[in-house]
Amino acid sequence: MTILSRPVYGVLTPQTGKNHLLIADADGASAITDFAKKAPPGFFASAEIMYVAGPDGAKNVDALKALSPARFYLGPSLAAALPRLRQLLGESHMGLRLYVAGTEGLIGQIVQIANEAGIEYTAVQTEHRGSLARRVQCVHCKGITENVTTQPCTCSHCGLLLLVRDHYSRRYAAYQGVCINAEDPTEIPPTEEIFR
Amino acid sequence: MKAGSNRIEAVVTNVVAVNELVKRFHFERADGGLLPTFSGGAHIVVEMRDDEKTRLNPYSLMSTPLDTRDYRVSIRRDDVGRGGSLFMHRKVKLGDRMVISNPVNLFSLDLRAKKHLMIAGGIGITPFVAQTSQLAAGTGNFELHYAVRNDALATYADVLRERHGSRIHLYRDDHGETLDLARVLATQPLGTHLYVCGPAGMITWVRNTAAAAGWPAERVHFEHFAAPQPGRPFDVRLAVSGVEIQVGEHESLLEAIEAAGLDPPYLCRGGVCGQCETNVISHDGKFLHNDHWLSEEDRQSGCKIMPCVSRFEGKSLVLER
Repeated sequence: MTILSRPVYGVLTPQTGKNHLLIADADGASAITDFAKKAPPGFFASAEIMYVAGPDGAKNVDALKALSPARFYLGPSLAAALPRLRQLLGESHMGLRLYVAGTEGLIGQIVQIANEAGIEYTAVQTEHRGSLARRVQCVHCKGITENVTTQPCTCSHCGLLLLVRDHYSRRYAAYQGVCINAEDPTEIPPTEEIFR
Repeated sequence: MKAGSNRIEAVVTNVVAVNELVKRFHFERADGGLLPTFSGGAHIVVEMRDDEKTRLNPYSLMSTPLDTRDYRVSIRRDDVGRGGSLFMHRKVKLGDRMVISNPVNLFSLDLRAKKHLMIAGGIGITPFVAQTSQLAAGTGNFELHYAVRNDALATYADVLRERHGSRIHLYRDDHGETLDLARVLATQPLGTHLYVCGPAGMITWVRNTAAAAGWPAERVHFEHFAAPQPGRPFDVRLAVSGVEIQVGEHESLLEAIEAAGLDPPYLCRGGVCGQCETNVISHDGKFLHNDHWLSEEDRQSGCKIMPCVSRFEGKSLVLER
């Protein structure tokens, strides 16, 4: 089932560096609080936490603030946080280390922006927590459908029924979705919820 | 013996004494025409016919990659080395015919970099002379920090300053000028790649300082050709060829294998490229690994050796060659 392009996530581990930026959404907050237990003393004095709480994450905010990071940012949504991240990375110097924890959609989009700013994916610490929902790019209309949990799924742009492949693109931060019934559109395979 | 798979018959078209220790040699094709294209950081292997002995030494190309009418290498005389640089300095003259290899680049620029930060020590400046020419011809952003003993030995510092102005930073030992590496590293924008070429101690210092400052290892590029070290003679059995050889005190294992008439693969002859990696079938003794190629696991397991620079001491050594 697993193919080479599929991202491999690890466990957040402290790195040597001058500054540290930790980004999480929803359940990713628990990866940061777990990480804090093995971080060297004083680590958070040179760290910033960006947290996208989402509908269920508000309960984690106090635990993250309790780590006393040099800066704490609470974003209403990932879309709101990304321009801020772009600006932050654009002003940063070598020695900044990046840690990302949470859903695949969050990790993928942060890694994508980091790469544009000059941090290769191999240098980003990632840990997957929470939903397995996928970002899917329709190979036909190129539209991206967020939070896909079913196989197959319907493209939210062109409406085609898509087979969600394991083929992942770091450039798009998305899995590839290919029309599942191109030869006979009346053939509708059963839909299963498998990316939860 | 031959230098790589493609030997080029060349003529020495210029020999220039750059300073008291460094001479520059220009090579053109004996048959006229252009030499193969190369990129900054590439080296060639020069074949030296020194009486009975054939020496094959790698030297970085330091001419601009934009002009392949000739190749230029700058060689520092090493009075206590194995003799290659002394041969070049004392015996090679204008008009001599020599054989050189195709260029090979094991120290290339990563052109995805937003900026290139270069650190050179002494004659380690040579690959950067080519790389800075390559970058300056485009829009490449770079900064070069160059440590030398004194003005007299600041090889090409004047040329580089004339070409690249304030991008060149010179540090002279005898003036007490030192490179504040931690500060230089801390002020680089995200997406910078670091390159270092110079004495082994300098490379270790730069790599360690960068690692401590949070530079990922993939961002730190270094080149150090190890010269084969002399050592006690040792016997080797080459199992595939069924040949027994002895490696002399001032000879490398690779040279001894070649002297026995074999044609093993190689590229850099300096422990860097990995081409000559050879499997060990059995051994009774200890390896003296001098390469930058084998992993710690390979070294511990005793299953591999890099014959270009590494030696052996003990009772017996059988190689799959």
